[in-house]
Amino acid sequence: MLTIDALTHSYPGGHTAVDDLSLAVEAGELVTVVGPSGCGKSTLLRCIAGLQRPTGGRVLLNGDEIRDVPDSLAMVFQSYGRSLLPWLSVRDNVALVLRHRYGSRRERRAAALEALAEVGLADAAAKHPGQLSGGMQQRVAIARALAYGPKLLLMDEPFGSVDAQTREDLEDLLLALRARTPVTVVLVTHDIDESVYLGDRVVVLTGAPGRVLAELPVGLPADRDQIKTRQDPEFVRLRAEVGRLVREK
Amino acid sequence: MTGRAALRGLFGTLAAVAAAEVTVRAAGGFSGDLPAPTQVLAAAGEQLADGEFTDAVGATLRVWAYGMLIAVGVAVPAGFLLSSIRALGTACQAIVEFLRPIPSVALIPLALLVFPAPDRMKTSLVVYASVWPILLNTLYALRQVDRVQLDTLKVFGFGAAARAWFVSLPSSVPFILTGVRVSASVALIVAISTELLAVGDTGIGTYLAQTQSAGGQTDQMLAGALWAGVIGLLINGALTTAERRAARWWPVSGKEGVA
Amino acid sequence: MKALHPNALRLPLHLAARLWLALLLIGLWELTADAGPGSYFPPPSVIVRALHRVWFSGPASDFFLTEQARSDFPVSFGHLLSGWVLAAAAGIALGLLLGRSERAHDYLQPLLQLCRSVPPPALIPFFVVVFQLDTSMYVVTIAFGAVWPVLLNTLAGVRAVDPVKLDTARVYGMGRTAQLLRIVLPGAAPQIAAGLRIALGFGLILMVLSELVGTTSGIGARLVNAQRTFDIPSMWAGIALLGLTGWLLNAAFLLVENRLLRWHREN
Repeated sequence: MLTIDALTHSYPGGHTAVDDLSLAVEAGELVTVVGPSGCGKSTLLRCIAGLQRPTGGRVLLNGDEIRDVPDSLAMVFQSYGRSLLPWLSVRDNVALVLRHRYGSRRERRAAALEALAEVGLADAAAKHPGQLSGGMQQRVAIARALAYGPKLLLMDEPFGSVDAQTREDLEDLLLALRARTPVTVVLVTHDIDESVYLGDRVVVLTGAPGRVLAELPVGLPADRDQIKTRQDPEFVRLRAEVGRLVREK
Repeated sequence: MTGRAALRGLFGTLAAVAAAEVTVRAAGGFSGDLPAPTQVLAAAGEQLADGEFTDAVGATLRVWAYGMLIAVGVAVPAGFLLSSIRALGTACQAIVEFLRPIPSVALIPLALLVFPAPDRMKTSLVVYASVWPILLNTLYALRQVDRVQLDTLKVFGFGAAARAWFVSLPSSVPFILTGVRVSASVALIVAISTELLAVGDTGIGTYLAQTQSAGGQTDQMLAGALWAGVIGLLINGALTTAERRAARWWPVSGKEGVA
Repeated sequence: MKALHPNALRLPLHLAARLWLALLLIGLWELTADAGPGSYFPPPSVIVRALHRVWFSGPASDFFLTEQARSDFPVSFGHLLSGWVLAAAAGIALGLLLGRSERAHDYLQPLLQLCRSVPPPALIPFFVVVFQLDTSMYVVTIAFGAVWPVLLNTLAGVRAVDPVKLDTARVYGMGRTAQLLRIVLPGAAPQIAAGLRIALGFGLILMVLSELVGTTSGIGARLVNAQRTFDIPSMWAGIALLGLTGWLLNAAFLLVENRLLRWHREN
């Protein structure tokens, strides 16, 4: 579904963030991308999203080269506080992005409420983002992305700015939502445990400039559990393997 | 404001007024140039019933309101235009830096010549003076717009115009309001300044200038200035409240604005 | 021929990007303006010539200032400087008092808010009656308008001084005066400086306005006299001179401010 072919991106001033990176993602897969900080993970996502034109190589979505933001794509940013609009209610934040999906405001609002209910925030619809905790704000961002009905969902360190407990809840929320909707996910993280826990496949990048160091299929059952899965020998093995790769220079 | 602070404020004000009253009466009696506060307050009361004065206040406020409205209508779109076309913005920055130091009142003699109709002359100067704070705050605001918010809408398929409408404009509102508040007092100052010099017009400034040239009843002049102060206070209070309201829903980072 | 270093082109390109529109507009004005004696918008060249003739065509021994400049500049700038210094002294003193004493702040706040809201031009007719067209009228007008930015900025600056620093000073037995001079004033200095710079701009506006009303002496009086005698180029020269003055005052102040407050920016 998504093919990244020899992607290279250098910023003006000479810093090369991503260098000759190739990767293929199948439809319905959840691929986690892990690597040391500053390895170009965000740049990779911005190039896939069409927010940035790569300086070399190509990104293909269903065989078409991405030149602008594709219609069937949504993204969840790390800084939830900055990606939600603080002057709109939670419901309207979700409804706003559905402008191209539904004709009437009534339909948009109904769809927004439905999406908020999916992430357990039906009661908070009338509140403004500033009144919610960080974890709840990120739930809103996820609801917004899913309501948009994307084929491809990009997540840039989505759970990087919340506390550990909230993080686990959000991870399970993502897995549950994904089991219900046929969406392809590329999730970038610097947390090794998270990359193994969430992924069908873990892609490990090298330090800057980012390149694919290894691709590890995750042989864990689809139904995962914060405590049991983390005790599974396969999880322990993969975590050690990914950890070794990430630290390798 | 707490109850105690309000009580202290009331007491402080009364004490200052009483002290002024005693000093003026002891020094010059009733006939001197300096009127006692009670005389000023009495004159201020009489002015409320004086059609000539209330008409003058109405005329000044009309010019002020038109001027502000036009200034907002010019400055906000201009700010958007200048920050979306970078080459134009850079080139206009030099022009702004060149024009802004000119004290707006220095243009009064020119405006007196160019516009024979006093209302149009006053309004033009008010617009000229109040455009700058709004324009500068709009430009500042647009530099502060959050990239993540813009990127988010881009990902969800919003074009440049839609992003400006749904992100840039709302996130600029607190800054634009700061500009409007600064402009509002500048506009009042310029309107009254112009009226002081425009002969054969109506307005607070004209009323004060005429009172002065007609022999100078200082109690009436201070009363007029007092009303101007009250108007200024009300306008500023209303705009400060609007700004606070906006700030509650717009927790924009580093919101300071340009004074 | 040696190749140009890429940076050698940067400054001229930068200047060109900033100035092309201004130069284009000035050029258009020059070409399309009516140079006749009655024109309200004479071309820039006529204005520059008038600026030179009226103010700057004097003998070299007088720094090229004309007789008019030598009589008007000291009057105008004397008023401005006196009014500004007065406003600075009163504003800083009152700001320190209100910033350090919650009680004084409570007592005086409503009265000061009202006084601050009075548009300074509304008091000019009153000042004219009380002070006649004496120097004090100009100075008081300027000081009344310029005091508010100094006062408000000092107040805000003093209130923002780090309480930990004050506690530290008290622990080490520093007296109240020493605290004020060594901790509060330096801490509030950047804000006070900003207030003083805004006050200078306000002062210039009120200097011009009071001279336009007074019509006896100073640059503003020349401006209004030129308008009444339809000497349009001289009127424009006056406007240009005041614009130049505003720009120079601001630039000079920023220069001094950056020098004196360098420690603050380095922190």
